[in-house]
Amino acid sequence: MAKLSTMGRLTAHPAGILGGGGALLFALFIGLPVVALLVRAAQQSDFLDAVTGDVALTALRLSLFTSIVSMAVVVALGTPFAYLLARNDNPWLRVVDHLVELPLVLPPVVAGVAMLMAFGRNGLIGSGLEDLGITIPFTTAAVVFAQIFVASPFFIRAAKLGFQSVPREYEDLAQTLGVSPWGTFFRVTLPLAGPAMFTGLGLAWARALSEFGATMMFAGNLTGKTQTMPLAIMTAMETSLDNALALSVMLLAGSVLMLAALGLLTRRRWQGQ
Amino acid sequence: MPESSNPVRRTIRLSTLLFPPLLLTLLFMTVNCGGDSGQTLRVLAASSLTEAFTDIARGFEADNPGVMVSLDFGGSQRLRSQLEFGAKADVFASADSVQMDQAVKAGLVRGAPIDFASNALVVIAAQQGRISQLADLAEPGVRLALAHAGVPVGSYSRQVLQNLAMDDALELGSGFDADVLANLVSEEPNVRLVAQKVALGELDAGIVYLTDVPVAQAAGEINVIAIPAAANVSARYPIAVLRDAPEADLAQAFVRFVLSEAGQRHLSKHGFGSP
Repeated sequence: MAKLSTMGRLTAHPAGILGGGGALLFALFIGLPVVALLVRAAQQSDFLDAVTGDVALTALRLSLFTSIVSMAVVVALGTPFAYLLARNDNPWLRVVDHLVELPLVLPPVVAGVAMLMAFGRNGLIGSGLEDLGITIPFTTAAVVFAQIFVASPFFIRAAKLGFQSVPREYEDLAQTLGVSPWGTFFRVTLPLAGPAMFTGLGLAWARALSEFGATMMFAGNLTGKTQTMPLAIMTAMETSLDNALALSVMLLAGSVLMLAALGLLTRRRWQGQ
Repeated sequence: MPESSNPVRRTIRLSTLLFPPLLLTLLFMTVNCGGDSGQTLRVLAASSLTEAFTDIARGFEADNPGVMVSLDFGGSQRLRSQLEFGAKADVFASADSVQMDQAVKAGLVRGAPIDFASNALVVIAAQQGRISQLADLAEPGVRLALAHAGVPVGSYSRQVLQNLAMDDALELGSGFDADVLANLVSEEPNVRLVAQKVALGELDAGIVYLTDVPVAQAAGEINVIAIPAAANVSARYPIAVLRDAPEADLAQAFVRFVLSEAGQRHLSKHGFGSP
């Protein structure tokens, strides 16, 4: 091939000057706000007080508690569901599959309104639950509901893909060697689908922690019971910038840790194989 | 492979051809949404002023052809906070002096704020609930909605509850306000969300402005429980022109209109009292 000039080499391939330009723009666009947040937070005189203050710690505790519960539910119910989706194909399953993907594109506030219409006091099944003495909206349970609604597709999709990537032959082989179906699942299928599932769990967890619109609509905004960190940030922005910055930095740190943990986990697992 | 005879290929090519002009048209439409010939006045007003200020805006536009009034309603604390963070507007109408004073302290206001209306609070209850009198609010198990303490009506509500507790003649008990607040289940960012939660029957009761009652009634079945005048607050609404107002003269004219007989008539029609 003929030798190209510098310009020719840079423009010959999409990853040349265009890709480089795009990389710089994205780095600035995403990096600048993050840096600005940290700089501004560092400038606040009582930043440390705000981070260890009541508002921040209460919101943090609630966010952690509710997200752990919702993730537990998503993993417990989502894993068998994802396995079912991965190993079977029929029209009904396909419908359910698409339905479960809906929260990925549905605006969260719409999800909140919809849940209120379903589980609210005058809701479709909410009215029935009320008669039984069960109230869901404006309780901590509602926060968990909202988180499960918006975050489950992230895990289920990833788990399904993970299971699909495990060749059926491996499972069949294990069973011919005398391993029970459950044993096969836990000792063959699950470890192989693990990295994908962990990634899905990480994304789902991040989504659950950052959930705002549906929580606001369906669970309300009460300190200690339903005011998760994102809600606390919104309220704090209107009343106390210190608290808003403290909470924002905490969530930012959590997100970075999550990303790092996911990267570490998946890399190690792949290397382990 | 045959070129345009394949319908799928043709559709894709057509879509690719139409996409850029369609996108540009959409962008153009959204960008050009304001009044192109004439001036636009941006007014930030408390949620409780929604209906009254919509009427006032229409009246002002009728008196000033070519002028378009753009209204933004929300919790006064949210509006003040947005102004502090750089939102551009001409007029700010707050539901209490606390938010207006903060705006003045932040150097956002031109001149001095003027009170233009007053309001009082009232308790609204979902008709299907068990709230028929003030004392019921303190019953355990009641689900109450209030605006959060940073919102004017949220702060007024807490004040009223305190007043009610301290009024011996009402015999509600000195722990009344604490008991009622223990029933708090949701803290909303503006008064209309409080009204809506109660009107929809999702929550048993809430404290809103007198002027919000017709709006709540339009949304659902509610009971209205009056608060005795002695314990009630008189909410004073200040209005001010903003220092960085793009249309300062027009803003002054708007404030004058709000204070004029015509403006005051619109306000009293919606239940507001004189300033």
